[in-house]
Amino acid sequence: MVGEKRREKIYEFMFRGITLFIVLLLLLVLWFLLKNGWSVLSWTFLSSSWSHQDITNSGIFPAIVGTLLLGIGVFLFSVPIGIATAIYLQEYAKDGIFTLIITLTIRNLAGVPSIIYGVFGLAFFVWFLNLGTSLLAASFTLMGMTLPWIISTSQEALQMVPHSFREGSLALGATPWQTIRKVVFPSSLSGMLTGSILGVSRAMGETAPIIMVGATFFMPYLPTSIFDKFMALPYHLFILAAQHSSPYARQYAFATGIVLIGLIFIMNLAMFALRYRLRRKKVW
Amino acid sequence: MQRVDGIIKWTLFGVSCSSILLLAGIFFFLFTTGIKAFQVISWSQFFLGSLWNPEAYAGPQWGILGLIIGTLMVAGGALLFAMPLGLASAIYLSEMASAPWRETLKPLLEMIAAIPSVVLGLIGLIFVSPLVASVFGISSGLSALTSSLIVGIMILPTIISISEDVLSSLPKDFREASYALGATRWQTIKKVLIPAATSGLVAAMMLALGRAVGETMAVLMVAGNSLAMPHSFLDPVRPMTATIAIEIKEVVQGSLHYQALFAIGLVLFIFTFMINFLSDMVLEKQARKYRW
Repeated sequence: MVGEKRREKIYEFMFRGITLFIVLLLLLVLWFLLKNGWSVLSWTFLSSSWSHQDITNSGIFPAIVGTLLLGIGVFLFSVPIGIATAIYLQEYAKDGIFTLIITLTIRNLAGVPSIIYGVFGLAFFVWFLNLGTSLLAASFTLMGMTLPWIISTSQEALQMVPHSFREGSLALGATPWQTIRKVVFPSSLSGMLTGSILGVSRAMGETAPIIMVGATFFMPYLPTSIFDKFMALPYHLFILAAQHSSPYARQYAFATGIVLIGLIFIMNLAMFALRYRLRRKKVW
Repeated sequence: MQRVDGIIKWTLFGVSCSSILLLAGIFFFLFTTGIKAFQVISWSQFFLGSLWNPEAYAGPQWGILGLIIGTLMVAGGALLFAMPLGLASAIYLSEMASAPWRETLKPLLEMIAAIPSVVLGLIGLIFVSPLVASVFGISSGLSALTSSLIVGIMILPTIISISEDVLSSLPKDFREASYALGATRWQTIKKVLIPAATSGLVAAMMLALGRAVGETMAVLMVAGNSLAMPHSFLDPVRPMTATIAIEIKEVVQGSLHYQALFAIGLVLFIFTFMINFLSDMVLEKQARKYRW
């Protein structure tokens, strides 16, 4: 029996080791970015506009703005649809074949390759609807990728509202919609929003689709309307890493990577922290 | 009031259908444009031809076999690399880890999913590919193998989180009955839990394979993008996704080349759709089987 116990310990140790190895891969990625890009990070780099001739004295400000604007666009389009769908599925839909079809469709949307979204966005939003390669077309294109995430995270938030809330409200004579609007929605909104922002932050790191539908690698000015093209951090990184001839380009690609991953991770951490606090505050 | 409720319900229902509309719309646009390519290119030429060279001045070539093989090599390699690691980690998190370990490791593993693929591509290009080159003594490390390693990292979070869900949704009775019979934890995992979860775990791997097939940016940066037919994992390849990404911005809208790229997109879409659909059905069935 002592042998058995030892074997258990060894297995646990081994499997924990493998898990730690995977975490190590994450840390290696971050360390490698910082090591190669940290030295060129500066205020000029963050706040100046870009110049291909003089990359050491220019910066990625337009790309930061572009990525943030894209995030806002995606948020505005996908959050209302996502939350409405989640409310329907969670509060109204009955278990049945049609609900199953919607659920499977949503999961399938999450598995459609990003490049396919790009091709579809190009054919539908850019050409068919004639939106041109623009911030608007790019926001629509990324919408499909974030929707599944927003729907599932909103459904989770709705599930966390205790049944007694709904029953109490219905018992007072409220209609189902009044119950949702006045009771269920307010108590789950924070959960739905934090989850949605997490989804949007991931869309901001997407490269392949936006290359086709609106991102450009150089613009002398910031986008002034939703029909303008825009610079974006991931695309900027790609051009610097793969297609730029300057000997400094790679260093600046790493620095761009730090800014991009920094932006996404900060949004992630903030949302995690917010969620944690909100959950603790609610004593149900 | 009843009337308002009905209207709201149907409005929400209508919005929910937009997901179906979107998926159908994607298929429709790929299909209607892609199918036109076959008015000129024959099916056998397209699927069995090993040479892809649409812009050749004399006699363009439209064979995507090499691209399909490239995709399968990268995705298959990624799965081979990520499956054992991901499974082990899922088993650890679901069955072995104490609460503090689990609470610390899970968010860290989820962070991997938040790394943009272009960043991993950059790491692959500058760090992994020279490493592969020097280990195997080849002149360039931009190859199917390097892409597999990078894509493998990208699909790890999918494998881990779905496998962990599958394992932890198994009924508690299974574990308790096994322990009551005197089995150790490892015996329980090996003889009870994994067999009971097999179909769900297979579905998790298939979903991960679907992700790997669709990965674009990292592959575009590290696969080498050679159009020659690959013979080994150390050869450069050019998967379907990378081909679309490279060429679609250069083509004339409505040209045969444009239609052929949509046809590649259609192949990719149908392939990932089948994988996703099948694995979702399996997961759904597994969840129903053990819902008491």
